[in-house]
Amino acid sequence: MRVVIAEDAVLLREGLIGLLERFGHTVAAAVGDAPSLVEAVEEHRPDVVVTDVRMPPGFSDEGLRAALELRRARPAPAVLVLSQYVEQTYAAELLDSGGGAGVGYLLKDRVGDVREFVDALGRVAAGGTVVDPEVVRQLLRRPRDPLLRLTPREREVLALIAEGRSNASIAGALFVTEAAVAKHIAGIFTKLDLPPAADGNRRVLAVLAYLRRQ
Amino acid sequence: MLVRTALEALAQRPIPFLRSAWPWRSLAYLLAGAVPGLPVLGVVAAVAVTSSPAVLVAGVAVAALLTPVAGRYERWRLRLVDGVPLPDTPPEPGGDTGEPPRRGREVRVAALGGLALLVLWWIDLVMAASGAAGPVLLILSPVVQPEAEPVAAVAASAAGVLLVPVAAYTLTAWAGARGAMTRAILAPQAAELAEVLRSRARLVDAFETERRRIERDLHDGAQQRLVALTMTLGMARLDLPDDSPAARAVERAHGEAKQALAELRALVRGVHSQVLTDRGLPAAVRDVAGRSPVPVAVDLALDERLPAAVEVTAYYVVTEALANVARHSGASAARVTGGAADGALVLEIHDDGRGGADPARGTGLTGLADRLAVVGGRLSLSSPAGGPTRMRVEIPCAS
Repeated sequence: MRVVIAEDAVLLREGLIGLLERFGHTVAAAVGDAPSLVEAVEEHRPDVVVTDVRMPPGFSDEGLRAALELRRARPAPAVLVLSQYVEQTYAAELLDSGGGAGVGYLLKDRVGDVREFVDALGRVAAGGTVVDPEVVRQLLRRPRDPLLRLTPREREVLALIAEGRSNASIAGALFVTEAAVAKHIAGIFTKLDLPPAADGNRRVLAVLAYLRRQ
Repeated sequence: MLVRTALEALAQRPIPFLRSAWPWRSLAYLLAGAVPGLPVLGVVAAVAVTSSPAVLVAGVAVAALLTPVAGRYERWRLRLVDGVPLPDTPPEPGGDTGEPPRRGREVRVAALGGLALLVLWWIDLVMAASGAAGPVLLILSPVVQPEAEPVAAVAASAAGVLLVPVAAYTLTAWAGARGAMTRAILAPQAAELAEVLRSRARLVDAFETERRRIERDLHDGAQQRLVALTMTLGMARLDLPDDSPAARAVERAHGEAKQALAELRALVRGVHSQVLTDRGLPAAVRDVAGRSPVPVAVDLALDERLPAAVEVTAYYVVTEALANVARHSGASAARVTGGAADGALVLEIHDDGRGGADPARGTGLTGLADRLAVVGGRLSLSSPAGGPTRMRVEIPCAS
């Protein structure tokens, strides 16, 4: 994969470069602020972009805004946003961009779990959706939500879908058969009123249904 | 006891009072009160000599022009009998406290000046003369009345000495009362209260700035370093054989570093909300509602960003209210609704818990009310035993 990194803390930027190169990926550019990110993406056309939320010049949410701007392009580049905190507002904005495919929102801490992080980045680059487990956990805490209709097992499955996992990977994580996972997913789609004919990736729509139910 | 005014000095024990500077300061204060009388006497003399209506009109005009000067003189003179600084009300740039207080102060100073020119100076003078001149003349009777009987003169002299303490009390009492009157005119209670409120608002602002700085420092420093540390440990773990002792040690270190990062994140988030600064109140309230263990529905829409102080206060109130809901109410659901109406932000926080929230018990609700008072906001609470609890908050936001 060819990756463009935007992170203003030098320590982390260097760490991310080392980590990605170790797993055999190419870092096309590593920049320290939002305007340079937009330029670097135009220049290098990477497979995936990794960006911090808070960056110069204003140290507010420039990285996120740059990511949203990039996502408006056609075709939209895959973007993984790293955030110091879980902000549902940010997550919802990101997942709404470009149809929710090829986008990820992770807590910055997750880069510590290097293998999982690189896997998640790969899923985003391949057009998947990755949402931090913490976002999902917060959403699942609302028992009065219409999502109450989901069984605990279905909620577990939805949480794993949100992480961008395949049926096989979900089956492995829950120690059940793939057929059982498929059954749970069908249940989720029905309960969230996502008919089979709906356009777009229904897995992404299921995650979006979660995030919009605020 | 700290004595700051002539009136407070009167309440001391007699000997320390008589030995203090307060009687002398009071005398000086009253004698200084004669100064505004000089121009008045001048005008009266001029009118008397010329008997001309034009001079009378000019004299009245001069006196009118002198009122602000006389008022400022009164204000300056007050420090002789009153050591408490008068609240100064400088116009605050950009604030809503610009012109009116200042104009109000000028009106008050001019009114006091007019009063001083018309009546106060001669009352001061009469009081100083009757208080001080009596004992002085009696004491000096052997000198001023050499033709009197020596025994009578000495007796009068002694009586004068005995009258000195009485004079000290009379003079100080009148000077103290005059000082209290001047203060009442120059700094009505409302003005002092407004000043207290403004200084509280400044303190809150300073705290908020400091919290923002702490959050930024932690974000740029410790948090980034911990993330880098977990990354390094994660990479190191990859190089170690799965069942080696080193792998287990690194794994444990990795877990602890992640735990430290999570704890630091929770702490920093409590210090200052970045999403509030970036995205405004509705987004920040939705985020805090999303983190609440009790499900919270949010219906809050604003057309524009509110002043920072209003946003921070409203966010604080919602955070505290939702924390109370989670901690004490036993509620299964809560709702935050609100919007801007008639130049005020109105927020309502409902929960279906057991009610019985009482501002008299615990400091939480009092703290909220205090914090709201700084921005001129109000809190009303309805929480019958058995619930539900409904809290309503109004914050004026002149923008």
